[in-house]
Amino acid sequence: MKKMSLTVNGKKLTVSCHPFSRLLDVLREELQLTGTKEGCGEGECGACSVMLDGKLVNSCLVPLLQVEGKKILTVEGLANKSLTPLQNSFMKCGGAQCGICTPGMLMAGYALIKKKKKLSKQEIREGLGGNLCRCTGYSPIIKSVQNCGTKP
Amino acid sequence: MTWVGKSALRKEGDSKLRGQAKYIDDISLSGMMHGITVRSPIARGLLKKIEYLPGVNWDEFITVTAKDIPGNNYVALIKKDQPYLVDEKINHPEEPILLLAHSNKHILEKARSLIKFHIESLPPVFTLEEAIKQDPIIWGTNNTFKSYAIDRGDVESAFKDAHILLEGTYETGAQEQLYIEPNGVIAIANEKEGVTIWGSMQCPYYVHKALVPLFNLPPEKIRVVQAETGGGFGGKEEYPSVISGHAALLSWKAKRPVKIIYDRMEDMVATTKRHPSKTRIKTAFDKNHKLIALDIDFTIDGGAYATLSSVVLSRGTLHASGPYFSSNIKIRSRALATNTPPHGAFRGFGAPQSLFAIEKHMEFCARELKLDPVKFRKLNFIKHGEILGCGQLVKEKIKLNSVVEKALIESDFHKKRKAFVKTNKNSPIKKGIGLAVFMHGAGFTGSGETFLASIAAVKATPEGKIEILTSNTEIGQGTNTIFSQMAADALNIDFSDIEVVQPDTAHVPNSGPTVASRTCMIVGKLVEQASKDLKQKLISAQLLKEKYTRKEFISACKKYIKEIGELKGSSQYKAPSHIVWDEQKYQGDAYGTYAWAAYVAETSTDTRTFETTVDKFWAVQEVGKVINPLLAKGQIIGGVAQGIGYALYEEVIWKEGRMANNKMSNYIMPTTLDVPEIEVHFLELPYSYGGGGSKGLGELPLDGPSPAILNAMEHALKITLRQIPMTPEKLMAQMEEINK
Ligand code: FES
Ligand code: FES
Repeated sequence: MKKMSLTVNGKKLTVSCHPFSRLLDVLREELQLTGTKEGCGEGECGACSVMLDGKLVNSCLVPLLQVEGKKILTVEGLANKSLTPLQNSFMKCGGAQCGICTPGMLMAGYALIKKKKKLSKQEIREGLGGNLCRCTGYSPIIKSVQNCGTKP
Repeated sequence: MTWVGKSALRKEGDSKLRGQAKYIDDISLSGMMHGITVRSPIARGLLKKIEYLPGVNWDEFITVTAKDIPGNNYVALIKKDQPYLVDEKINHPEEPILLLAHSNKHILEKARSLIKFHIESLPPVFTLEEAIKQDPIIWGTNNTFKSYAIDRGDVESAFKDAHILLEGTYETGAQEQLYIEPNGVIAIANEKEGVTIWGSMQCPYYVHKALVPLFNLPPEKIRVVQAETGGGFGGKEEYPSVISGHAALLSWKAKRPVKIIYDRMEDMVATTKRHPSKTRIKTAFDKNHKLIALDIDFTIDGGAYATLSSVVLSRGTLHASGPYFSSNIKIRSRALATNTPPHGAFRGFGAPQSLFAIEKHMEFCARELKLDPVKFRKLNFIKHGEILGCGQLVKEKIKLNSVVEKALIESDFHKKRKAFVKTNKNSPIKKGIGLAVFMHGAGFTGSGETFLASIAAVKATPEGKIEILTSNTEIGQGTNTIFSQMAADALNIDFSDIEVVQPDTAHVPNSGPTVASRTCMIVGKLVEQASKDLKQKLISAQLLKEKYTRKEFISACKKYIKEIGELKGSSQYKAPSHIVWDEQKYQGDAYGTYAWAAYVAETSTDTRTFETTVDKFWAVQEVGKVINPLLAKGQIIGGVAQGIGYALYEEVIWKEGRMANNKMSNYIMPTTLDVPEIEVHFLELPYSYGGGGSKGLGELPLDGPSPAILNAMEHALKITLRQIPMTPEKLMAQMEEINK
């Protein structure tokens, strides 16, 4: 067990966990932030995607010791009262069906839009290439990102 | 304002987008333990002894074996052959033998490695051929779960009179549902309170039915609640009964809540997949190229236990002749036993297999007869007033030709078909375009819906809101939204006035399982009728006039509840009089109605790497009234993506009856880079017995892509392809064979 501090969705926190705990488990089990999902546990599906210091990562592959002092953004940190433009766009374009890949997709879309304002379809396809969805066939998700505008 | 026909936004969308929707693994109960399933390492044998090796403190663990089962050791579904836990006989790899629970989930894997099973192995059966040989017999008297026979006209003499006979054999592989949320449940079980399950599932009442004999408890002592469910596609139709039973058995012994969540590898290796199939088709044509006789032999691999194989086989059999007419038809079909984990429900449920075969065969025949594949199909399409393979007279108007025309025009089929032949000549990349035409019957087969006798209800709240009560689950396909749209219209109120109650067997009536594209068409109709029943109660109580505003409705509800009491409407399924099915003869109106579709795929195959990509896809279908265009389109696009995987990428590699590639890194489902633009077009012919005029549509997109894609590849490569998944390895082998 080790005490570690990190910032999650703008809040500074201290957790005491094994340094090799997966960030995913720390978020879900220690911090009750269950919005981030586990689909495979081996870095293949992207359901566990979060932003770590502005970069998209699979939280199932990140040991806690790597996030000491860093900033994490999860799906719970996106909306305030109202949904963000990206979440609204997912709603309108049918980007979420069963919803299990959605938190990860939102984070991947967020990372894309943060990086570049105008994205081509191909850039979106590539940017979401690490996130699997079994329900939507992807084009509603691609459209959700494309129609979102310049702010996620 | 009417809601049916509008793209109303997903009811539960907000909670899903905020990450607040509670899936089963997001729920934790106080004092909860974690459970795991220890499984058989081999395919077939006799369990002699279980040994607990030293290395952990076994007193801390709850262990459950077959001997701990308080009731009957079988998973109640259709037959009683599948045990919850192996007693002595092991019939497939990964068969559950022992359950373990501990409050610290991290110690469970260590404990698993310290369990030693002493097993005497028995000879297994892995292939359909071995199962047919009956050497050894592993199930029943002949390794056959179920067989069907359809005979109409005189196939033998038609074959004698034929101008030409054509024959082919077609094979389809297993397919993993691969919902992104693995199976999981939480159970609380004890003698005093009975059993309560929360879980990821499609059919709460199936789980309910299975737990009653397992615990020998009265039905009212069992409660099953669906948590938010991260995809199902059939994979959470029957399997949740197994994992729920396991968690409940652990909880019963532990006297504490127990959670079981499968990890991805366990979910892939141990749970159900689409039935592999083999179909031999013989056809006879007259000199005008009219189909005069059709002889089909359709076989599916059911795995080790009967589960739903008889029903999957039935749907496959009834769709086997496709959208074609022949006055002489002979169909033989069977579901066989092998020592693999049981195959089960997967979107399409037997139809994708048999429709693949007939559509591939018709393409083959067109080429052999040197005919245009479209003209040839049109010549043989079933027409109004003719009889389908299953013996069903087509009484409704059908728009099959318009559906096909639309697909041809949108895809520019004829022009591309010619153009690609030219451009392919000097290129290593060969482009092709292919068509598949098919239909899909929605709802349970034959008298199935009558036996189910589903009930749906609606109820007013003291605030004047309307709650919908059904056991049909939202698994991403849009149940909550479309039910709300239909109820809003039936009651002439707003979409926002409607709430859909979480499926919980303690509170909702049994409206049947969430399968077979029946939710919208069959249960949607019941929701409408229940809504009308509620409205009628208000009118009879003279609280509402025939014509009213939303405000008047809401205050009438409030008044009724205050002055009279509970305000509820309900409706039970009764078969429309036009459906007549003879179960004995296995003939008649197999389905209340069919949706009709024509799919076109445009593909590129690199003849150096043998890799094929789908460049563009067109899906045109007549589905009755489209209730919600956004959701309906989403269903089709998502299904086509699964169909592309089925055709090209998703290969289950079997080793000794066990899936060897049970990871997302080696079982390849399509990613954003593999799924092309998919154009979706609907034609509408409202079906008066379907909710809002709808027909089922959710399974169509698994039927069409694989034949359309392989037909496109054949066009590009000028060869005959007869199996899926058509992976680069298989294509290479076949092309090398030809070049030899
Ligand atoms: S759970 Fe992390 S990538 Fe799948
Ligand atoms: S919406 Fe279900 S997996 Fe993407």
